Amino acid sequence: MKTVSPQPDIAVIGGGNAALCAAIAAAEAGARVVILETAPKPYRGGNSRHTRNFRCMHRGPLGPLTDSYTEEEYLADLMKVTGSKTDEGLARLAIRSSEACLPWMEAHGVRFQPSLSGTLSLARTNAFFLGGGKGLVNAYYRTAEALGVQVEYEAAVTHLEIDDDRVTHIEYTQTGETRRINPKSVVVASGGFQADTDWLARAWGPAAKNFLIRGTPYNRGIVLADLLGQGVEQVGDPTQCHAVAIDGRAPKFDGGIVTRLDCVPFSIVVNKNGERFYDEGEDVWPKRYAIWGRLVAAQPDQVGYVIIDAKSLELFMPSVFPPIKSETLEGLAVEMGLPPAALTKTVAEFNAACGDTSGFHPTELDGVSTTGITPPKTNWARPITDPPFYGYSLRTGVTFTYLGLKVDARAQCSIGDRPVSNLWAAGETMAGSILGQGYLAGFGMTIGTVFGRIAGKEAAAHAN
Amino acid sequence: MQTEFLEEARRQAEICNACRYCEGYCSVFPALHAERAFSDGDLTQLANLCHNCRGCYYACQYTAPHEFALNLPQALANVRQDSWEEFAFPRAAAHVFQKSGLRIALATVLGFALLILAMRAIASAGGNGFYAVMAHNTMVAIFLPAFLFPLLSIAISLRRYWRAVGAGPLRISDLRAGFAAAANMRDLKGGHGDGCNFEDEDRFSHARRFAHQAVMYGFLLCFAATSVATLMHYVLGMSAPYPFWSLPKLFGVSGGVLLSLGCIEMIRLKLKADPKLGASGATSGELGFVALLGFVSLSGLALYALGQTVLMPSLLALHLGAVLAFFLLTPFSKMVHGFYRLAALVADAQKKKG
Ligand SMILES: Cc1cc2nc3c(=O)[nH]c(=O)nc-3n(C[C@H](O)[C@H](O)[C@H](O)COP(=O)(O)OP(=O)(O)OC[C@H]3O[C@@H](n4cnc5c(N)ncnc54)[C@H](O)[C@@H]3O)c2cc1C
Ligand code: SF4
Ligand code: SF4
Repeated sequence: MKTVSPQPDIAVIGGGNAALCAAIAAAEAGARVVILETAPKPYRGGNSRHTRNFRCMHRGPLGPLTDSYTEEEYLADLMKVTGSKTDEGLARLAIRSSEACLPWMEAHGVRFQPSLSGTLSLARTNAFFLGGGKGLVNAYYRTAEALGVQVEYEAAVTHLEIDDDRVTHIEYTQTGETRRINPKSVVVASGGFQADTDWLARAWGPAAKNFLIRGTPYNRGIVLADLLGQGVEQVGDPTQCHAVAIDGRAPKFDGGIVTRLDCVPFSIVVNKNGERFYDEGEDVWPKRYAIWGRLVAAQPDQVGYVIIDAKSLELFMPSVFPPIKSETLEGLAVEMGLPPAALTKTVAEFNAACGDTSGFHPTELDGVSTTGITPPKTNWARPITDPPFYGYSLRTGVTFTYLGLKVDARAQCSIGDRPVSNLWAAGETMAGSILGQGYLAGFGMTIGTVFGRIAGKEAAAHAN
Repeated sequence: MQTEFLEEARRQAEICNACRYCEGYCSVFPALHAERAFSDGDLTQLANLCHNCRGCYYACQYTAPHEFALNLPQALANVRQDSWEEFAFPRAAAHVFQKSGLRIALATVLGFALLILAMRAIASAGGNGFYAVMAHNTMVAIFLPAFLFPLLSIAISLRRYWRAVGAGPLRISDLRAGFAAAANMRDLKGGHGDGCNFEDEDRFSHARRFAHQAVMYGFLLCFAATSVATLMHYVLGMSAPYPFWSLPKLFGVSGGVLLSLGCIEMIRLKLKADPKLGASGATSGELGFVALLGFVSLSGLALYALGQTVLMPSLLALHLGAVLAFFLLTPFSKMVHGFYRLAALVADAQKKKG
């Protein structure tokens, strides 16, 4: 085994937002820091490279954010989406600290832009990164390197040796060699395990093999499994993941934001037998985005098909792949591999159940609904009649997993009720400590920034 | 225009339109996000709005090795470069010179030769300073057409451009908005005021913007020097040489220094920048053009410094030869980008107002 020298005070495991915030905070506190990132440089930055904004409390106008977004409103939004399965203490800590994050991020190179076109609903609550998450990650790497942080790419951490209440050394592989370091403090920021589809399949069932992973292929939960195996406290439902319905043609990994489809409210969605299975018009799309991942996962072969007609084509944000198109429904069915007779029957029944559509309004709950079919479509129900017809296939796209390391308000990990004296965790890998289920857009980056900074500071204080 | 360049730009524009993460960088993205489908004209307009700052490349999560292989700066640069060749008048001249530094150099040497021949053949009928080497009327006879022809050629090109991108009749307010955007090179600041990602991967810097400012304002000062001198000659009847504390000299010397420094810095930056993010195969033509521009200003300064020595006639031939080549190549070299960019900004202002 080879030992890296000079020995750093602090090892940060991971190379995404949480890791970088921790590394920068620790380096600014005077510690010698090494980042161990398993990805090669072009793919550094984990899921953070796919993000676009973070959710930020603000008492008055702040940076790109207008008006105000108070602690109570933020918390209420969080409680709503998680069905109150939220650790209120840690949630309030994250929310309250988010306000100071924005100027901190700017001071460390992150630049913001006005809310993107098509995302007006987030303009008050979420601050958008100029250039998105990869721009943010690039800026942080520049800042970290200027502070003397050493960055090791393709450094895959395999094991943290825990002796009694402390981590004694870390093992990682790099260019085919196993290496070992003995830092005084360790920050784990290596994300969830969603890229390990075998693990997903163990947790979810064999259906998970058909899931697509929206983000990085490098978050395979290796460090998470290693620590949980040594008795480090865990949190979050091991069988759950956050999943949305995305374009079925998306790549297996790293498809990112462009594979999302916003057309479901204006469509009917059928399974591979050509049958509808859920109310497509239940609520405005941002609020229903996340349930469709599960709905599609429950269908045969974990696939769904969105069908729209010509009058709806321009009502939603364009997506990365053009829709499949045909002049007739039968033709569309054939091109999409659906049974034509079943699809035309479903459409005919749906069309017959549509009523007065004069109140149709694409951006509001318009109450234009079907009568007499199950499942109903309770808003935006217009008959599918105008050729050409368009279709997209839908698959389940996993964003992240909930199982993680349990931390306290200092981001410290524990075994039983004893803290591990030199181990902290930040970001996705501990997000389950706050969110029991559900997700609020932009909160992942908030958690990573807030707890990354805390973990970095604490780790440096311990090392110094 | 070359369909493979358009197809590639269209493929990438559709991905960007589904992503929108780069919206704040420059004028390209808001214009792009206003469309759902991209005609060849739309892509040509987007391409000429782009100034290759590369911010959207280094920020993109889909660059190679990702299978989406985004490289919007290059995709747009290829369409842009191609549009300059396509709309040029005469087209063949652009094909010859746009991408070839060598041919630009050869044209310049031809310029030298022509000037030397002209000096030999048409002996000056006496005069002061430079006019002792070459009669004023001879200079005018050579340079007036060499100045008017490019103007005519560019006017034809811009008309072709205007039609291709589907812009409407020109309005004064659009012109004003377009010129304002160009004058302070707003887009070169990169949306956040930190500049471009040009010479050092994802590090933002103002180096390219400053170099470009120096070149542009240096060039305009030199141009002003010539214009003022022309007025002084014809309107006031004062002929060259002019003393140091005169407008032509003050403009000329300060402009020449600015232009020389700008060109040297621009070449340095271009050599450091990754050619894979610019138009394919265009580096030689771009460097050749900047070198020619730099040579014009340096030889002009040399002429000023050594104008009283025996070197003067040779320097004058070199300088005037380079100026001649520069003028004639303007519609067919990188120089033409400024005209297209202005046209694109004006068209953009028009589209925004609807
Ligand atoms: C498409 C998409 C869009 C999203 N958009 C947003 C958004 O707009 N706003 C928001 O708040 N959240 C968003 N999220 C969620 C967000 O990405 C995460 O909450 C956040 O990035 C987590 O940051 P992190 O640093 O904890 O993990 P990551 O950024 O995923 O970083 C984990 C790092 O650990 C490294 N790693 C993994 N295993 C090892 C190992 N064994 N050894 C060494 N290194 C290892 C990885 O390579 C990676 O660099 C989005 C997610 C996806 C997939
Ligand atoms: S260049 Fe990349 S990150 Fe930027 S808008 Fe296009 S796809 Fe998105
Ligand atoms: S290279 Fe710069 S100017 Fe061109 S599209 Fe990208 S961000 Fe805009």
